[in-house]
Amino acid sequence: MNESNTIDYLMLLADSSLIMGQRLSEWTGHGPMLEQDIAITNISLDTIGQARYFYQLAAARLNEKSGNADVTEDTLAYLRDAHQYKNLLLVELPNGDWGQTILKIFFYAHRQKLMYEKLSGSADAEIAGIASKALKEVEYHVSWSSDWVKRLGDGTQESHDRMTKALEYLWPYTGEMFVPATYEKNFLENEFSFDVLKQGWLDKVSGILTEATLSLPPADTYMHTGGKTGVHTEYLGYILAEMQFLQRAYPGCEW
Amino acid sequence: MEQPLWEVFIRSRQGLDHKHVGSLHAADARMAIESARDVYTRRMEGVSIWVVESKNIHASSPDEAASFYEPAEDKIYRHPTFYKLPDEVEYM
Repeated sequence: MNESNTIDYLMLLADSSLIMGQRLSEWTGHGPMLEQDIAITNISLDTIGQARYFYQLAAARLNEKSGNADVTEDTLAYLRDAHQYKNLLLVELPNGDWGQTILKIFFYAHRQKLMYEKLSGSADAEIAGIASKALKEVEYHVSWSSDWVKRLGDGTQESHDRMTKALEYLWPYTGEMFVPATYEKNFLENEFSFDVLKQGWLDKVSGILTEATLSLPPADTYMHTGGKTGVHTEYLGYILAEMQFLQRAYPGCEW
Repeated sequence: MEQPLWEVFIRSRQGLDHKHVGSLHAADARMAIESARDVYTRRMEGVSIWVVESKNIHASSPDEAASFYEPAEDKIYRHPTFYKLPDEVEYM
């Protein structure tokens, strides 16, 4: 297996988790009620924690390769620019209202669960270890977000309308999760079929959407891609500007 | 959002009793348990959660405190302190 494929793949995992967590952290102090404010902050911290494990592993592998020790989780998170980020487009989109945020977590968590289940059996023992730890966290994200999708979809007329709007907005960004980048394909060595992964995800997600009285967008909906190879929406730059400001302005600053 | 209040009970370890830890708002029991997990077990406080809708808990009235509790004050014979324990009995 080519080491640079592994590192690129680790960055895809790490960047997606970090940007997801950073976005969700925007809800801190703004949740619709105290209990849910804490719940979404917990999820944010879970995904940032997962990102840290993947960054630490990527940094160790990069240093091993170069013989230096200059890469750390912090340099990877704080000193790379938007085009170097490999996160999914889905996670960088604005939170929108509570329903839209829930739906984003819902799509992502269901996919993460399937991915981590596969990865927990990976031949790369370190990746397998992180995946099985993360799996327990993601299973909770799945059930929490699924419950909310059902409540809001099958709730009041207004919550139903908002969920329909969120579905129309987010759906075109879900396809990217199942279109492997070259390095992703190489790392996974065609270990599993992305079509099977997608079908598994679709079965779960569409079952819950139906229960929530929401109808699935047409199968031929145009799907955006690019995040995995560094081609992002305009939103990522703003996220990084806020997240990286301190380290860029005061290099090495600790607090 | 106007949602009913729930009382949360957490068992911190196997073999111990559930203890009241606080309350929260939730639309139904499922949401109450999930919220209790998020609010009250973040620092490994528990292994089991009970939730009870607060309206289902019936409390004694403070007005009745005198008739409820004071009569016990002079019934010292209810405390088994007058018995001499034989030396052979351990762990009492």
